[in-house]
Amino acid sequence: MGSASSMLTQYDIEEVQEHCNHLFSQQEIVCLYERFCQLDRNAKGFISSDEFLSIPEFVMNPLSQRLLKMVDGLNFKDFVAFLSAFSTKAGTHQKVELIFKVYDSDRNGKVSFKDILEVLKDLSGSYMSDDQREEVLGQVLKEAGYSKDCYLTLDDFIKVLGHSGVKMDVEVPVD
Amino acid sequence: MNSSGVLKSSSSELDLDRPNIEDYLPSGAAIQQEPRGKLRLHDLLDISPTLSEAAGAIVDDSFTRCFKSNPPEPWNWNIYLFPLWCFGVLLRYLIVFPTRVLVLTIGWIIFLSSFIPVHFLLKGHDRLRRSIERSLVEMICSFFVASWTGVVRYHGPRPSRRPKQVFVANHTSMIDFIVLEQMTAFAVIMQKHPGWVGLLQSTILESVGCIWFNRSEAKDREIVARKLREHVQGADNNPLLIFPEGTCVNNHYTVMFKKGAFELGCTVCPVAIKYNKIFVDAFWNSRKQSFTKHLLQLMTSWAVVCDVWYLEPQSLKPGETPIEFAERVRDIISTRAGLKKVPWDGYLKYSRPSPKHRERKQQNFAESVLRRLEEK
Repeated sequence: MGSASSMLTQYDIEEVQEHCNHLFSQQEIVCLYERFCQLDRNAKGFISSDEFLSIPEFVMNPLSQRLLKMVDGLNFKDFVAFLSAFSTKAGTHQKVELIFKVYDSDRNGKVSFKDILEVLKDLSGSYMSDDQREEVLGQVLKEAGYSKDCYLTLDDFIKVLGHSGVKMDVEVPVD
Repeated sequence: MNSSGVLKSSSSELDLDRPNIEDYLPSGAAIQQEPRGKLRLHDLLDISPTLSEAAGAIVDDSFTRCFKSNPPEPWNWNIYLFPLWCFGVLLRYLIVFPTRVLVLTIGWIIFLSSFIPVHFLLKGHDRLRRSIERSLVEMICSFFVASWTGVVRYHGPRPSRRPKQVFVANHTSMIDFIVLEQMTAFAVIMQKHPGWVGLLQSTILESVGCIWFNRSEAKDREIVARKLREHVQGADNNPLLIFPEGTCVNNHYTVMFKKGAFELGCTVCPVAIKYNKIFVDAFWNSRKQSFTKHLLQLMTSWAVVCDVWYLEPQSLKPGETPIEFAERVRDIISTRAGLKKVPWDGYLKYSRPSPKHRERKQQNFAESVLRRLEEK
């Protein structure tokens, strides 16, 4: 692509900034746009799965498939909005909400025992058996006061994760 | 030129020749303290480190950086600079370019009218024939370099023809080969290309000695390794030039060297090449343009400026593995040419990383959870 910053006008940058609640500075948005254009090889306006999967570091991540579902096909504005949860300025609530969305793959607003097991499976692979995962999860849930049939809501997540703060920041490299 | 749309998982063979990437990568999990204490729900649900790593990779990753070609910032929007620039464009396209095409054509005519007779008439006198063919190849490469107004500064002792040695260099574009070949007729190992480049490969380069490989064939590596060994044993063969990165990188970074060149039992002579982007960026981004377009771009620029350093020959140290040797030589070349090293295999341009790396992360996680479960 040509000189990327000349394709984003000041209006565009401000619109994107508005959409992500000012969690990124204007310079960061310009850098994210350059990155977006770099990944979107044929200037379609969105990044396809294949293009995300050409990043080796991303492919190596155990949760890449889940994130891919959330970020595949987003246009630039929504791409920035998605990444804004990782901004240093984003609040704990927003970060926990993203974590909740990763778990709640069927988007029904509640996370079941099975949903957590699925994520655990992604994280531990073949190094833990299904039985082991069930046992571990059942045990920690019980200690926290939840039963196996319980559904966890966003509020539960905030209760469990929120009090000690969530460290989930990504720095946008500004050249 | 390569179909970048087709990605397949790399064969497990490729894993064996890479040192542990985890040792290089600044992954958040490695820096983070090993979590201690009894396992709680909070620990299981908190996937923030993993998510941060994934998002970090989306925002910036060292692999894609290696193949980024930064377009130059425009400078010509100005009342006096703009006309000057326009004049420059006219000069380049209407005068300089045709002159260069003419020079190149003359060069080819001289070359072909000497090469073809020599090749067929001197069939019996191999030594003499090869010596003449070598000089002719060096000459046509000089014509090529002249056709981009190449300003090449060579530093260090010129390569000497000795048995049991190979030359390795960092790779930015196929013109690397031409730049080095005009000084010394190397034999080369290359990916077989389609089109006119392939024709050149099978006819002229054959005379200096050429080994083909095919990236997409799994068994190819063993065949190539054997051909390499055979070549360096032959006393009459031209010195072999190898680009261990296996792919073109943007001349700011080096990707990991493949160990094939370093386990032949020869001395390895490193060559560092650094291009000056002042007039044109010599990086051939094979995903963005064909080689023909790349050559045309070079021929319509003012000049191609580069430095070539012939560095001190290196041998395998006692107790050093070929991979360590490769990394050591990469270090020497990167330092000399001012390039940053990244821990990636260049072939990841064409295939996905092996599942081994993800599995290692999964293993770490599983072990940590199970260990903490025991703690009371």
